[in-house]
Amino acid sequence: MPAPDLTILVIDENAIRASIIEEGLREAGHSKVTIIHEVQGVARIIETLKPDVIVIDIENPNRDMMEHLFQLTRTVSRPIAMFVDRSDTALIEAAMDAGVSAYVVDGLKKERVKAILDMAVSRFNAFSRLQRELAEAKSALEERKVIERAKGILMKMRGLSEEDAFALLRQTAMNEKKKMSDIAQSVVTAAGLLM
Amino acid sequence: MMMKTDRSGSNLSAPARSNGEGPKVLRAGFIPLVDASVLIAAAEFGFAAKEGLTLDLVKDVSWANVRDRLAFRQFDVAHMLSPMPVASMLGLGSNPSPTVTPFSLGRGGNAITLSTRLFERMREVGGISETAGALENAKALASVLEAMRERGEALPMFGVTYPFSSHNYEFRYWLAAGGIDPDRDVKLVVVPPPMTSDALAAGAIDGFCVGAPWNMVASERGVGRIVAAKQDIWPSAPEKVLAMRPEWAESHPETVSRLIVALDAAARWCDRAENHDALAEVLAGPRFIAAPVDIIRHVLSGAFNLDAKGNRRVIADYFTFHRGFANYPRPSHALWLYSQMIRWGQIEFSEQGLRSAAEAYRPDLYRAALGIGPTEPDVGIEGDRSGDRFMDGHVFDPSNMMDYVRDFAVRSSPAARSDRQDV
Repeated sequence: MPAPDLTILVIDENAIRASIIEEGLREAGHSKVTIIHEVQGVARIIETLKPDVIVIDIENPNRDMMEHLFQLTRTVSRPIAMFVDRSDTALIEAAMDAGVSAYVVDGLKKERVKAILDMAVSRFNAFSRLQRELAEAKSALEERKVIERAKGILMKMRGLSEEDAFALLRQTAMNEKKKMSDIAQSVVTAAGLLM
Repeated sequence: MMMKTDRSGSNLSAPARSNGEGPKVLRAGFIPLVDASVLIAAAEFGFAAKEGLTLDLVKDVSWANVRDRLAFRQFDVAHMLSPMPVASMLGLGSNPSPTVTPFSLGRGGNAITLSTRLFERMREVGGISETAGALENAKALASVLEAMRERGEALPMFGVTYPFSSHNYEFRYWLAAGGIDPDRDVKLVVVPPPMTSDALAAGAIDGFCVGAPWNMVASERGVGRIVAAKQDIWPSAPEKVLAMRPEWAESHPETVSRLIVALDAAARWCDRAENHDALAEVLAGPRFIAAPVDIIRHVLSGAFNLDAKGNRRVIADYFTFHRGFANYPRPSHALWLYSQMIRWGQIEFSEQGLRSAAEAYRPDLYRAALGIGPTEPDVGIEGDRSGDRFMDGHVFDPSNMMDYVRDFAVRSSPAARSDRQDV
């Protein structure tokens, strides 16, 4: 990025995602980046920081407070508009989909802002993907755990080998057209009631 | 249950035709508040389905999001604060994009709540009774503020919901009626409605003006005292509206008509007390407001617990979803909102502004769908009828906008500040 450096404020309640954005901005050569996780005291921060670009997650209910700030001209000396170029609707829609919004000082060159927003959008999306994969991995782990427990119960109560216990669970799941982890959960629940 | 005058039956008998307006699934954004009832009831109790529409309701967290998602086509229609379409037509706010409303979602629902601590001081300093009216309460607060100034105490912080909100203008109206300058004597901040009660309990704010059920949530917790309702300030004051993009309305006339017919039937249903249990049950759920069902039931009936000490007040029309053309988007109301924007320095008066503000409200679409409307002219005097007066006795004449604004002793222009006495 050519000089002068843009001053960028990132407001994101999710600390991990905020640091991912921050890293992306630094990689792109931005050094004047400030991250805050809550909007308490944001008015003073904006006043002293005078950011050129504000990136904010749109699940943050405090966006309405930002709107209020921008109305008070004495708090924010320069007019701040959302998205520098309204004609680039694809980018704007991508941003909305990703869950990120931006406020940009009027008159800033659109290429400079576009690069920042593009980066924020791709990092927001990457973060959602990461979260989804994490959730899936977690639930897969949970499923394996419950199947292990059900297997143990069957082995103990019906004197089956580990192999046969597993086969019984799988066969029952197929017969009942259910997931094996659901059948395993029923076994665990039933055992809890019976013992 | 349906009344003879119900129009949805006659519209239903019309043959459903395919009209090339695309799928009839409408994405509708809303903020979890009781004043989204008509939209929610239309989706949940079959009124939209009767008109061949599916309302896909999407809960959002901020008005700025609702505005942007409507502007960028993620929503087809949205539950909005009545000043938002007006502001957008005037080019105000950080993302002004043309927005109109053909249907108001009803009247009422707001109130002003102050911390119990502040109210106790109003009783001590202002000498008011537990049952004082809205104007007496505002004057008592003015006395407390004077005492606070003398002792060098910090200005109290009051929460509103959005810069272009009925709450902002109503809180300011109430304060100013008591002789308080909202830009100088107190500090107005924005607090998301579901956080108001906690913010009050934590002492982060000293009062707020928001929609239902959040006032009663605070009063029943014992952290707040309701000091004025929307009806005390101006019974006809516009509240929430159904908003859409004007180009979308132009290209989907049949869908817009059907939607208005569905909402009209839903509004009529919401007005009937015998439906309030069913409505409250749905509103209280996690998909919508996620608040205690008994509080929502009280809110719908207008039976208020003003505080946790047992002081009660019943406001007969706390919510009016349909009666008296509550859904008619009256351009006079858009102009009144414009007058308040001028009064508080958000915009200057202009002839063009007058036209733009009025264009945000589209009674033509309402009449085209329902074939009816009030007999009074769309633009006329407001607040001159008994039972519908402003709390300070002013009368709004839209043809005399600047005189109306100048007549207020408290407003945000420098001239007003120099000629008014400190209270």
